[in-house]
Amino acid sequence: MSSWTLQQSTNEHLAGWNRPQVIKPEGDGEVLEVSMGPHHPSTHGVFRMDVKLDGEKVIGLKPVFGYLHRNHEQLGEKLSYLAIMPYTDRLDYFCSLSNNWGYAMAVEKLAGLEVPERADHLRVILAELTRFQNHASWIGFLAQEMGASGTPLMYAFREREKILDLFEELTGSRMMCNYMRFGGCRVDPTAEWLSETRKVVQGLHKFVDEFENLLTGNEILMSRTQGVGVLSHDLAVNASVSGPMARASGVNYDIRKVDHYGIYDRFNFRVPLGEHGDIYDRYMVRVLEIRESLSILEQALKSVPGGPILDPKAKSRGIRPKAGEAYGRIEAPKGELGFYLISDGAGSPYRYRIRPPSFINLTVLEDMCLGHNVADAILILGSVDIVLGEVDR
Amino acid sequence: MAIDQELKIEMGKQGVVVTTLQELYNWGRKSSVWPMQFGLACCAIEMIATTMARYDLARFGAEVFRPSPRQADLMIISGTVTKKMAPQVVRLYNQMGEPRYVIAMGACAISGGPFKQGYNVLKGIDRYIPVDVHIPGCPPRPEALLQAFITLQNKIQAQPLTGPNRPRHLDAEAQGEFPVPVQGEHDLEPTSNPGVWTVPVVIR
Repeated sequence: MSSWTLQQSTNEHLAGWNRPQVIKPEGDGEVLEVSMGPHHPSTHGVFRMDVKLDGEKVIGLKPVFGYLHRNHEQLGEKLSYLAIMPYTDRLDYFCSLSNNWGYAMAVEKLAGLEVPERADHLRVILAELTRFQNHASWIGFLAQEMGASGTPLMYAFREREKILDLFEELTGSRMMCNYMRFGGCRVDPTAEWLSETRKVVQGLHKFVDEFENLLTGNEILMSRTQGVGVLSHDLAVNASVSGPMARASGVNYDIRKVDHYGIYDRFNFRVPLGEHGDIYDRYMVRVLEIRESLSILEQALKSVPGGPILDPKAKSRGIRPKAGEAYGRIEAPKGELGFYLISDGAGSPYRYRIRPPSFINLTVLEDMCLGHNVADAILILGSVDIVLGEVDR
Repeated sequence: MAIDQELKIEMGKQGVVVTTLQELYNWGRKSSVWPMQFGLACCAIEMIATTMARYDLARFGAEVFRPSPRQADLMIISGTVTKKMAPQVVRLYNQMGEPRYVIAMGACAISGGPFKQGYNVLKGIDRYIPVDVHIPGCPPRPEALLQAFITLQNKIQAQPLTGPNRPRHLDAEAQGEFPVPVQGEHDLEPTSNPGVWTVPVVIR
């Protein structure tokens, strides 16, 4: 077991990195404190922002978490390794399959299991479908927060339902798939499922074109998002922001490219990068990312091999890995999702820790919001793409 | 007094609608139940999916999700209620105008669900506020939410306007405000509202 030293963690270490200074109120100096949430239609669940306002301008913002703290990590230390798997579904409930993969990867590292070719392909296909539906829904929610109540979200959910149908046919559940197992996957898909997936993926191209026609050049979207909520490259790196948020600020960091986990190095895809780090860049990065996802999906679906879907020496029930520790991380749709496990040889982990991307991306919320209008603060919060199940765990 | 059904059908053929005030009144109430736009956790995503094109909750007169509790009739508890959130949920319920209804959506809202063993999870929202319809599932499918909604509509339709079972807004003695729990030293205080929930007795 490794030893670690506790480090003082304050936001002060970000001080030199282009961080906006706290703004003094102008005029009569009256400051209004508004508590937004936990019941607020635009906080993506139960999240509270204590906002200090000078007129319309945000001069201070304190995020308040914990309204959905469901004791994931504490429960995990009491459960068997397999029994944690369905709980990972409920972390980031939009992307249950990505969470499954991250956790399965950590246990595979701990227990030294290999993943068969076919299962690796399936994992890539399911993770990219998950990324697609997450990003499409995110764009819908972002547009809703700008006042386009319903329409873009309806388009996104129309496609999401098609993808959920595929998930349901394969795994038995629309949202909580519980599909990955240590050393492979649970159910072998039929040939019909694969051909149906190919058909759906072909249709998604048309949807992205349609969606982009509606939104990318839209004047309201551009004027509401361009130059709003800028996150600088340096701050993104130093606050360990990951995922599309970091890439929109120009940080070339995609774990699919950095770690080559799974079989991602076999596929041809590009990592879109933003230049300005504003909300519009975050939108564009996500749109381009789902186009890349579609290209990965097409390549993966072309080359699904036969064979087993589970490592023959893997056993799911009663797994007792040797004492040690492992960190498995994947590029989840929201950023770097990591699972850290310490085993002492028992049937349940000694320590189970999750590195949630949306929680860590939220740490720069105040820096992005300072100086903007309160209406923009809602948009900036939306652009982070948080899911409270993952933030509070 | 109920109307003779055969007479009603016969009159209907002649183009004459016969009804009672209670039926008409309840028909109006059940056809415009506005839910509150209030998501807690995973089930909220299925709730959103229910309002979208494929499942289309609007068919039942519930397309308008109001963000303000003052304008809402129905509260869908869609997800895990933690002990930090429970006072807020009760407070929101108190702010809703009568008549108000509650659907407990999903295993977490009913009993704590998979997170029941957690130290921070409330073991069912019915400990503090009265729940009209429970939907099992983790998360329930959108069809299940529609089914619950239709069940609620049937419940509203069957409510007599007088007598002991009359709806709460017509009952001057009905309890208006529900006590909001506060965070105590170890747990919420009180741990339940005895007027709403009592410890179930298991009969073997």
